[in-house]
Amino acid sequence: MNEHVLSMHDLTAEDVTRILDIAGSFREVGTRVIKKVPALRGRTVVNFFLEDSTRTRISFELAAKRLSADVINFSAGGSSVAKGESLKDTALTLQAMGADAIVIRHSSSGSPLQLTRWVDAHVLNAGDGTHEHPTQALLDLYTIREKLGRLDGLRVAIVGDVLHSRVARSLSFGLVQMGADVTLVGPPTLIPPDAQAWGVQVSYDLDAVLPKLDVCYVLRVQRERQRLEYFPSIREYARLFGVTRERVGLLPEGALIMHPGPMNRGVEIDSDVADLPRSVIEEQVTNGIAIRMALLYLLLGAGERVPA
Amino acid sequence: MSARLVFAEVRVVDPAAGTDEVRDVVIADGVVAGPEAAEGAERIDARGLVLAPGLVDLHAHLREPGEEHKETVETGTRAAAAGGYTAIAAMANTHPVTDHAAIVHEVRDLARACGLCEVFPVGAITKGLEGESLAEMGEMVEAGVRMFSDDGHCVPSARLLRNALLYAKAFPAEIVLAEHAEDPTLVQGGQMHEGPHASTLGLAGRPAEAEEIVVARDLALAAATGGRLHLCHISAARSVGLIRRAKAEGVRVSAEVTPHHLTFTDADLVTYDTNRKMHPPLRSEEDREALRDGLADGTIDAVATDHAPHAVEEKEAEFDRAPPGTIGLETALAVVLTEVVATGGVPLPRALDAMSTAPARILGASDHGGPIEVGRPANLVVFDPEEDWTVEPPFASKARNSAFLGRRLTGRVRYTVLEGSLTVAEGKPTR
Repeated sequence: MNEHVLSMHDLTAEDVTRILDIAGSFREVGTRVIKKVPALRGRTVVNFFLEDSTRTRISFELAAKRLSADVINFSAGGSSVAKGESLKDTALTLQAMGADAIVIRHSSSGSPLQLTRWVDAHVLNAGDGTHEHPTQALLDLYTIREKLGRLDGLRVAIVGDVLHSRVARSLSFGLVQMGADVTLVGPPTLIPPDAQAWGVQVSYDLDAVLPKLDVCYVLRVQRERQRLEYFPSIREYARLFGVTRERVGLLPEGALIMHPGPMNRGVEIDSDVADLPRSVIEEQVTNGIAIRMALLYLLLGAGERVPA
Repeated sequence: MSARLVFAEVRVVDPAAGTDEVRDVVIADGVVAGPEAAEGAERIDARGLVLAPGLVDLHAHLREPGEEHKETVETGTRAAAAGGYTAIAAMANTHPVTDHAAIVHEVRDLARACGLCEVFPVGAITKGLEGESLAEMGEMVEAGVRMFSDDGHCVPSARLLRNALLYAKAFPAEIVLAEHAEDPTLVQGGQMHEGPHASTLGLAGRPAEAEEIVVARDLALAAATGGRLHLCHISAARSVGLIRRAKAEGVRVSAEVTPHHLTFTDADLVTYDTNRKMHPPLRSEEDREALRDGLADGTIDAVATDHAPHAVEEKEAEFDRAPPGTIGLETALAVVLTEVVATGGVPLPRALDAMSTAPARILGASDHGGPIEVGRPANLVVFDPEEDWTVEPPFASKARNSAFLGRRLTGRVRYTVLEGSLTVAEGKPTR
């Protein structure tokens, strides 16, 4: 394992398998009445969130607490950052206070990598701009492997605003690394130029793709993209690329529907679809805690043995 | 303090005269002198060194007035001298903007007081660089301005640029309008060249067609008006093709390329190094090759630095918040020698033409760019073509945002002579 978790590109297939296996052990901890192990007692984890986040921040906080680490939550509003302090100075301050790991969420792509040049602490990328969100990808890989038993050879479509999605990047890189067959689907304006270089396929026809899938991964579509001329209207987007009840009928039996949240029900996914048994959206959230425990444990834990 | 000097047995490469020979060069009373003036002069053994007309930069940002925390006329001209320059054009995006004669006089007077490098202030095409109405070019022309540019911004409307090209024909001196060619609607929010690397890094793209569109538009306007157009920091392969064709058709256009666009590609952005964030951006391998070819065949007339100093804290920021640009005056010659000449892409005389004679002609800097003849002003550079060095602070510039930090280069300035005086001796600025 590397010193930091910045990009899925930094992880080998062996690294990913190991992280998922360790997360499996930690998954059990969350089912206990006392949901805590002493693995990281005395270590300090800072949640350094400079962009709004609910589920990722809470998930990291719970993960660190279940490992008995001390957790500090730092968000931009009302902080030194709001007073104009630079990212570097703020990071150096966190370091001076003894942070062993810094979990960073930032609207600027590349900021977690920049952070590693300024601090000695382990850096975990909790989402940087439109670049990557590796812990989301790992929890998605975990969920898929748990439900379908494997990753290699699976056919996965990632549907929606891939251009602006850090989730889509990390998940594409991770799935390709694990041998899955990935197709990006969306309006051509929202598919990154040269995305084929990632080792994925691109399609603009959701109906043609759906019958061949093991996983349909639906991305959030932000309403402001319409204002910026990426597509004509939410109505037309939903008509062409929304995962509707009718479209779900095109999916093979047993295929999963996933979404990283937060959902826009009625836009990229119908409300009925989100609540179907084959939608594993809530399980994704639960698995996120185990994945983040595994990563914190691997980076900060003293030994290799997973505590029972 | 104009000294009497002899550079003895130096290889003189004079693009203006078309000569390349080993001889003595004598300097007395601020000008190149005949052998009779050698007696009693300080004799510098220059065997193995190259002497050429002092370098001329069409594109530097000196930041004064207004942003003296980044650079001043003094530190910027010292950096220029250290890099072998004897004349530089100072871009108009100062605060206040160089859109009236008072700032032109101020910047030039500051430079004269420093005595490190002659500065030719560039006037703004539009008032306040706002792209809305023409600046009062007439009073700036009277103050000696020959080049106008809204650099940093594209002149947004074809109508406005058309009128500027036409209007500039009123003046007896040749007035050059220099364009920063990037369509603003296509580069809005863009951080790097649009392509596979931008897609993977999650950085919004500045596509090559943003430049090509404006180059094509401006060439059409120059052809129609007969105005004199200069295209700044060309970065895309198709732009080079458009310029090549326009020149063949007789359009009055010149173009420049930066050392960094000749060296790097978008693949060099994978570490989110803010010193390599540029407008226009570093592009693909194919684009870089086309720029080298364009420089070799003269489609691109000049190498210009786009020296863009920024404070450390401004560049030590998130990639999308850091300002674009790299410093370049102190590294340009060595970069061209290492990346373009040593690789066999461009012969040394053509490279020196692109760094002195051609830009001097475009700028109307008649005392610069050679020929190195008796009686001509002694504005010269002497460099060691073999010296290896690593780019690292300290710099003569106030800034240290160099895209070349840590890079090994071959070729280093030993002496710079401005109007007969040494501004650099033994590789160090003299003042």
